[in-house]
Amino acid sequence: MAYALQQLINGLTLGAMYGLIAIGYTMVYGIIGMINFAHGDIFMVSAFIAITAFTLLAAADVTSIPLALTFVLIVAIFFTSAYGWAVERTAYRPLRGSTRLAPLISAIGMSIFLQNAVQLTQGARVKPIPPVIEGGLELWSTPGFTVQIGWSQLLIIVTTVVLMIAFTWMITQTPFGRQQRACEQDRTMAGLLGVNVDRTISLTFMLGASLAAVAGVMVTVYYGVVDFFIGFLVGIKAFTAAVLGGIGSLPGAMLGGLLIGLIEAFWAAYLWAEYKDVATFGILCLVLILRPSGLLGRPEVEKV
Amino acid sequence: MKKTLLATACLALGVYSQATLADLSVAIAGPMTGQYASAGDQIRRGADMAIADINARGGVLGEKLKLEVGDDACDPKQAVSVANTMVNRNIVFMHGHWCSSSTIPASDVYNEADILMATVSTNPQVTERGLQNIFRIMGRDDQQGMVAGGYIADTFKGKKVAVVDDKSAYGKGLADETAKAMEANGLKPALREAITAGEKDYSGLVTKMKQAGVEAMAYGGYHTEVALILRQAQQAGLNLTVIGGDTMTNSELVTAAGPAADNVLFTFSPDPRKNPDAAPVVEKFRAAKVEPEGYVLYAYAAFQLFEQAATKAGSTDYKALEKAVRGNTFKTVIGDLAFDAQGNLATPGFVVYRWQGGAYDYAK
Repeated sequence: MAYALQQLINGLTLGAMYGLIAIGYTMVYGIIGMINFAHGDIFMVSAFIAITAFTLLAAADVTSIPLALTFVLIVAIFFTSAYGWAVERTAYRPLRGSTRLAPLISAIGMSIFLQNAVQLTQGARVKPIPPVIEGGLELWSTPGFTVQIGWSQLLIIVTTVVLMIAFTWMITQTPFGRQQRACEQDRTMAGLLGVNVDRTISLTFMLGASLAAVAGVMVTVYYGVVDFFIGFLVGIKAFTAAVLGGIGSLPGAMLGGLLIGLIEAFWAAYLWAEYKDVATFGILCLVLILRPSGLLGRPEVEKV
Repeated sequence: MKKTLLATACLALGVYSQATLADLSVAIAGPMTGQYASAGDQIRRGADMAIADINARGGVLGEKLKLEVGDDACDPKQAVSVANTMVNRNIVFMHGHWCSSSTIPASDVYNEADILMATVSTNPQVTERGLQNIFRIMGRDDQQGMVAGGYIADTFKGKKVAVVDDKSAYGKGLADETAKAMEANGLKPALREAITAGEKDYSGLVTKMKQAGVEAMAYGGYHTEVALILRQAQQAGLNLTVIGGDTMTNSELVTAAGPAADNVLFTFSPDPRKNPDAAPVVEKFRAAKVEPEGYVLYAYAAFQLFEQAATKAGSTDYKALEKAVRGNTFKTVIGDLAFDAQGNLATPGFVVYRWQGGAYDYAK
């Protein structure tokens, strides 16, 4: 029982991280109907920005951890959303209005470009930082096994919950959220009614990137190692999470992320860890066969 | 006037192309980029120094050596295309590749083109496919596994030990051999697991080991994953000792794992830096601010092997070279090398090491 609880905590932490990145995929899909394959690499870039910021802070002798974390988060969100904006501006906006496949290919190109740019400028070696947040909370002690939740795990889960609430509020209650939903439903009509479509799309990309930035900072804090290749696997998993939850749906992305994290943790815990990925993608197949639009997705209505 | 100019140009061209022809091309290949790039870096530093030294001595059979570098990123597909490129560049000797999963497909290409190879890949399959052109200047995973398994069964008698691998040709081979040797010595692995290399989260595995009361983990795979597993074990309050293979010689393990790296033991050939014959070369590396750890001296030795074999054969022709390598003993910085019929080292040895405060030494 204690063991299951510990694996639940592990799964939730991992799932929260997948969920944060999945939201970026799902929002962009919702508004312009393309899969932004460079999103995983945006996440990787943010992890590098975080590690640079941490190094700078260490050089400046900042020892207060809450202060350092806030600073790193702000720096990472700022620069990463700048990346998100630039990617949209250079790789996708010129292709708007062309075939659906064109931006998809340009996204893959962007992903390769970002990976190689980071490899060239930062080197191929892994970049480590010493543990930032150590220790944790002992939740439950049974003979032979102690359930504990690390402070960094707690931080990830709490931050994700807070961000989710903030996001839901923003999409449903604010003028920007209304514009965003309008563009999602019908871009031409929204434009005719005075919504600045280009600006809304840019902002959506920046928001997706800033969530990826939060995930990037969390990964840096939690795992302590970063390299230019981390975006690939995480990106694929987060994309899967978005599809599982129903691409285009925000709560769906979060649910998908959590589900994938939990499936991975429990499959590795009770069955064979080597078939963990098979299980994840197997379940994805099953869900898509039974509910082609994902768990919370709405079936797409073809407009004529 | 124009004709004279043209003629001079042609002559100059002739001289120039002769000058390039006079250079012998030799090559290294390995992960110069990607996850395991730091190993490629070690090979490159060793090879650079060896070539400079050989050329300073006047080259091989009077011809200067020119080094070609191939980057396979430990990807088997890329390894084959690197091999094809190298064949086109008319190399006469290849030191590489590094990952067993790259060496195996690439060696077929070199074999067809009659190019001699010296590799440090440890998977038994590397030399067990009847290829005549490949020589291994390092021990094999089955020997490595035997030493590791024996050591584990001895040191962790009656305790729980997990055996984990990363599903790569090298990792799985090593882990299987280690598990076999452990059982032969009377210690049954408490867990047998595999992970996906390149992931960041191994907390599932760590928790499973904690639940099972595992104290030590025999690992087949590369150092990057070990660093993550150790860090996550520490976070989960699990004091874990890791016993790995030759890839743990990489000092990147210490930067990534921090103090937890002191819990890493690994098998590797007897430290060539402790070989008194190697002292002048070791000094030279240190003077150039290169610590000759891991594969640095192996790369150096590979080119010494080529130099001596070519001198003995009196030619850089493939058939003559191969015969010379098979029939002789060579004095190198990693000790005396002689090969059996398969191309394995005649007297390989593996020793158990431990990382301690950022340097490794024989484990007691």
